[in-house]
Amino acid sequence: MNSFIRSMNATISWIDARFPLTKLWNEHLAKYYAPKNFNVWYIFGSLALLVLLLQILTGIWLTMNYKPSAEQAFASVEYIMRDVEWGWLIRYIHAVGASAFFVVIYLHMFRALMYGSYKRPRELLWITGMLLYLTLMAEAFTGYLLPWGQMSYWGAQVIVSLFGVIPFVGDSLVLWIRGDYVISDVTLNRFFAFHVIALPLILLALVLVHLLALHEVGSNNPDGIEIKEKRDVNGVPLDGIPFHPYYTIKDMVGAVAFLIIFLAIVFYAPEFGGWFIEADNFVPADPLQTPEHIKPLWYFTPFYAILRAVPHPLGGFLTMGAAVFLFFLLPWLDRSPVKSIRYRGWIYRVALGTFAVSFLALGYLGTQIPTPTSAFLSRFFSVLYFSFFLFMPIYSKIDRTRPVPDRVTYK
Amino acid sequence: MKVIALALLLASFPVRLFGAAGEIPLQLAKIDLDDKESLRRGARIFVNYCLSCHSAAYMRFNRIGRDLELSDQEVKDNLMFVADKLGDTMVVAMPVEDARNWFLGATPPDLSVVGRSRGADWLYTYFLSFYLDPSRPNGVNNLVFENVAMPHVLWELQGWQKPKYRAEIYEDGTDTQVIETLELAIPGRQTEEEYRRTVWDLTNFLIYLGEPARAERERVGLWVLLFLGVFFVVLYLLNKEYWKDIK
Repeated sequence: MNSFIRSMNATISWIDARFPLTKLWNEHLAKYYAPKNFNVWYIFGSLALLVLLLQILTGIWLTMNYKPSAEQAFASVEYIMRDVEWGWLIRYIHAVGASAFFVVIYLHMFRALMYGSYKRPRELLWITGMLLYLTLMAEAFTGYLLPWGQMSYWGAQVIVSLFGVIPFVGDSLVLWIRGDYVISDVTLNRFFAFHVIALPLILLALVLVHLLALHEVGSNNPDGIEIKEKRDVNGVPLDGIPFHPYYTIKDMVGAVAFLIIFLAIVFYAPEFGGWFIEADNFVPADPLQTPEHIKPLWYFTPFYAILRAVPHPLGGFLTMGAAVFLFFLLPWLDRSPVKSIRYRGWIYRVALGTFAVSFLALGYLGTQIPTPTSAFLSRFFSVLYFSFFLFMPIYSKIDRTRPVPDRVTYK
Repeated sequence: MKVIALALLLASFPVRLFGAAGEIPLQLAKIDLDDKESLRRGARIFVNYCLSCHSAAYMRFNRIGRDLELSDQEVKDNLMFVADKLGDTMVVAMPVEDARNWFLGATPPDLSVVGRSRGADWLYTYFLSFYLDPSRPNGVNNLVFENVAMPHVLWELQGWQKPKYRAEIYEDGTDTQVIETLELAIPGRQTEEEYRRTVWDLTNFLIYLGEPARAERERVGLWVLLFLGVFFVVLYLLNKEYWKDIK
């Protein structure tokens, strides 16, 4: 046994002399100190990594049997569902995984809003996260065309033609994106290229940058206290604990809890009542037959509702863009002296609560056939949505905060 | 010249592939995919009445045999009339051009996943809702699929239904006739009870056809979730053990 350990150590020294293995292990796991007071909201970062891994693995295996051609795409998906060994499982994990990715990311972002994780010194961490979110949206959008069902086709048709409202270049831009006068085989091929290689590469690179930025500044925590300001004689933060083993084991508990819920959906309700896989997408794409009700999947519907709330096409397009872009400005819109909602006053709590309700309400309204009532409600909630951002410099400043303790609260 | 006239005539009929949804309440099918007897009966009805015009091009005959517990010989004798290989998919020999001409310009859609796009209740109600309508070129219409291009293929089983109208008066005083219910005018070979059973079997089969892996998915899922449940307890206790030190 001793000789085994000796030879292991010798191997590691041999590697360390040539590659920073131990250094990386220590800097990012064994001696990376994370605040000890994380609550359940801090699980979603590692869950996002888990879902990304699942999507990449299932994606690779789907690619082995999927055919990116307008003639064969729909049939190849059904071939995977029926004739490929475990194909149905791989496909359902990938399809449900797309929705799970957005659930996890939205909760991850909401955590940042609650505890002020975007505030100084984590502005770049927040911005790289937002870039990840944008890339994820593009990844989901291009992926949704691939099954080549009616909703794939007409969803893409509607969303791509939105760019046509841009003055002067709109029409050429739409033609350039589609590569054809309608969504066609050409479009399917390029969306496939984006979905399986271009965007995943960007996602992975951004994940790396996001993690590097995180490990440089250190994690925020539910108290919004910088743990690096109170250190022991060795320079270890007093409220910090090594990420490994404490958070590796804790994240594993979270991962299994997530998998139980996730796989329960995969095995027993993969369509999730039409929210994750739409019934209309089991009809093959037909360029001559417009479905009665075209709508994107749930993770885009808050923005879709904002788009429809504005009666002017270009105005709607710009408003929708602003609804996403304003997130980038949060670090500078927020003038509160404290980070965490625990020490903020009632104004921010009400503002954040209202924002969350508006987001969900818009998400629901975006799935519905427009009526005068739904148009009114969409406008009402859009105003609330934008108020959260636009009035933040004022209300976050006048909000009465409570004193932040020196050390984190634990137990 | 005759062909052109016919084409113009056909083109002038508004053909809708997607019926208007939600106008009449759907009848609940309450399907049961564990009822293998029903699925086998449904398969027979499907190959006898549907497969002559509609394909199920993503489904193989031997897959049906395996899932519905039929031997290769039983599949050959009962389900395969045109195809000769057990591994063949359920395609249809009818040329697309002919289909267009016969069915008012509409091609009968592939039915492999119709169970998933329409749902059991819609299909069940659809089979029960054909009625005589002299204004239609093929003499029938359907309550859940307005101006449907498909003829009432199961008429010899069900017979013919006629609509019973009721006057509805609008607020402005004008009135219109709406269909209140359908009544059996000419009985078919089956009683109403038997016909309901027939279309229930067919609906059951179409739902199975939409996702043949469903039974396997539900069976495997149980074991996966049981394993994860046990694994969760182990990890939870291990986590607790580690975190004991953190004060």
